[in-house]
Amino acid sequence: MPFLSQGDRKPTTKHFTLGLVLGGLLWLPLTAQAERIFISNEKDNTVSVIDGTSLEVIETIRVGRRPRAMAFSSDGSELFVAVGDDEAIDMIDLETLQVVRSQSSGEDPEVIRVDPNRPYIYVSNEDDNIVSVLDYEARTLVTEIPVGVEPEGLGISPDGRWLIATTETSNMAHIIDAEAMEAVHHRLVGARPRHAEFSHDGSEAWVSSEIAGMVTILDMEETFDVKHVIRFDVPGVPRETVQAVGVALTSDGRYAFVALGPSNRVAVIDQQTYEVLDYLLVGQRVWHLALNADESRLYTTNGVSGDVTVIDVEGLRAIKSIPVGRFPWGVIVEP
Amino acid sequence: MKTLPSSLRWVAMGGLAIGLGWSTLLPADTVETLTVGYIGMQRDDNVEPLSVLDPVLDDEGLQGARLGINDNNATAQFLGQEFMLHEVEVAQGGDVGEALQALVDEGVDWIVSGLPAEALLDVMAHPARGDRVVFNAQAPDDELRGEACHPDLYHTTPSRRMLSDALAQFLAFKQWDRWALVYGNTEEDRILADVLRTAAERYGHRIVGDKQWPHDPMARRAEGGFHAIQREIPVFVQDLPEHDVLVIADETDYFGEYFPYQTWAPRPVVGTQGLVAAPWHRAHESWGAVQLQRRFEDLAERWMTPRDFGAWLAVRSLGEAAARTGSVERDAILDYLLSEEFELAGYLGLPVSYRTWNHQLRQPILVTGPRMVASVSPQEGYLHPRTPLDSLGADEGESTCRF
Repeated sequence: MPFLSQGDRKPTTKHFTLGLVLGGLLWLPLTAQAERIFISNEKDNTVSVIDGTSLEVIETIRVGRRPRAMAFSSDGSELFVAVGDDEAIDMIDLETLQVVRSQSSGEDPEVIRVDPNRPYIYVSNEDDNIVSVLDYEARTLVTEIPVGVEPEGLGISPDGRWLIATTETSNMAHIIDAEAMEAVHHRLVGARPRHAEFSHDGSEAWVSSEIAGMVTILDMEETFDVKHVIRFDVPGVPRETVQAVGVALTSDGRYAFVALGPSNRVAVIDQQTYEVLDYLLVGQRVWHLALNADESRLYTTNGVSGDVTVIDVEGLRAIKSIPVGRFPWGVIVEP
Repeated sequence: MKTLPSSLRWVAMGGLAIGLGWSTLLPADTVETLTVGYIGMQRDDNVEPLSVLDPVLDDEGLQGARLGINDNNATAQFLGQEFMLHEVEVAQGGDVGEALQALVDEGVDWIVSGLPAEALLDVMAHPARGDRVVFNAQAPDDELRGEACHPDLYHTTPSRRMLSDALAQFLAFKQWDRWALVYGNTEEDRILADVLRTAAERYGHRIVGDKQWPHDPMARRAEGGFHAIQREIPVFVQDLPEHDVLVIADETDYFGEYFPYQTWAPRPVVGTQGLVAAPWHRAHESWGAVQLQRRFEDLAERWMTPRDFGAWLAVRSLGEAAARTGSVERDAILDYLLSEEFELAGYLGLPVSYRTWNHQLRQPILVTGPRMVASVSPQEGYLHPRTPLDSLGADEGESTCRF
């Protein structure tokens, strides 16, 4: 098998080089340390580390049971991993790539976000209908914020003022004042909302809905109301399999990428006009996605095929598949 | 509580509200109420599951409706809506009309039925029903979706045909296409055997032989019963032609559970026992189902069954439609239920929705063993111009339902 995969790799590398040339990325200076991409493997209880230059798995970190969402500490020294079946957040030292501590998180943590100003981790606890706020320095539970049934997706505004929790059964986006730690607005969105992502200027929040297969855009400046709904229509694919999950927005306001689950596609959207520009074929059951630091590449986790697709953002095409563990769920790129 | 006729046994009455710590939620100025009535039938004491491991349940279906109301209210409170549940249980052989009238008198606008087909048809024909819509959460009879269909009748539980198609697709995936069929002596089993024959034909299987189980139900706890079973069953199935699977049709669960491991040829047992097709199962935890299982177990202190799931789907359908339309009015809700917009998250991986031609909820169906889910149908590769989900059950072109 190693021989086979070696044989597979060669032509792919050529494609990759070609992609670089086409994308004009050769102009970019090479950084001293290549960036690292972290993938949580839900069924393997591991985190795969991919080298951003060679695009190969360079390390596999053992973590707690059922790792899903990940986030970096504000100082960038640690990676937090929600390990659902252990009811904890594992904390990985980014120097040694080992779990150095673990903080209790309440039942079944799935999605986590880190506050940009305070040492807080926000955790959605699906079974308890609350969002828990943990202090990762003091290692305490700060408070619990009640929301609707089955909180799942969490988004935090760039300035840390607003937190959005989506509830899967209530089908709502609960907008939480992060200062008061209270839900102040409740907006109905598409069925089974999974993920919330703020635009980089903080003026909008994009909320994806898995079952409805849509993205709802909330105005985060004045009304907090729904200002637009994006629907997807992938030619030749059954409508039910088009399920919107992960969302990534480029900082220049140009593109939005939405992972479309079992339709095996990533939608490319114009962030300004909300027009769907393209559907990119990736691995099976694409779940989450993340841009790298200079936003030249997009990485997607493909749960069923057990791999990561690397997309060249300039050329808008997939350039490589990287096998990782079983059921890759989350992806995050070192800043 | 009022004095009630002896044929009615009231389980509970009154609205259920959930008490969560919503400190910051402002109550809406006016609250619109949608009132649901659950009508169930007392269990037949003569019919119990064969395995003593299966609990005998008196609140099957009802608990699913209760959870649906709780789930609906979690959203409704933000929208100025409220869901109420009234419950009534008819005794075996009791007067369904009286129970229906009692629900109507309580102001019920929508009805969820945990009744068998015959009693359900009585409800549909009863003048007290008016134009109230009934959700069938229990009866699997294809006739209710065909000749006997009714514009005010919706089905959240799958038909026998859907279940049989789901199983047939999986067996086709396995290429286990030679079936030997053993069916029971009840009317339901004879109907199911016919439906299985139709499903076999649709998905390219061959029924190489069939036999009716000749015995009546045995005592559930007959001591040492297996001594006889171990000798009886191999002899009974020995003359069936060479087959890949032994398909059992035993809906009341009075003999099928004896068959696994007792067959003459080493063949898997499928159908109503062994590997079964089911809308819900405790072993199912994918697509967030673990959350629903946990919520249900917190409420009911037992596992969720297919009948509970059917009732939950019915109440959740109303909740979803009321939330999306912002209305609790009958016509607004029904228009939405039958529209392309309606998509309910049923924890089955794909959204569920209603077929316009017979009001059957199209849904993925689990193919499961006693302890582990083996697969979910529709199987990959079965295509359909509308949705793969319509490869399960009577399709529009073949439906005999005319509203």
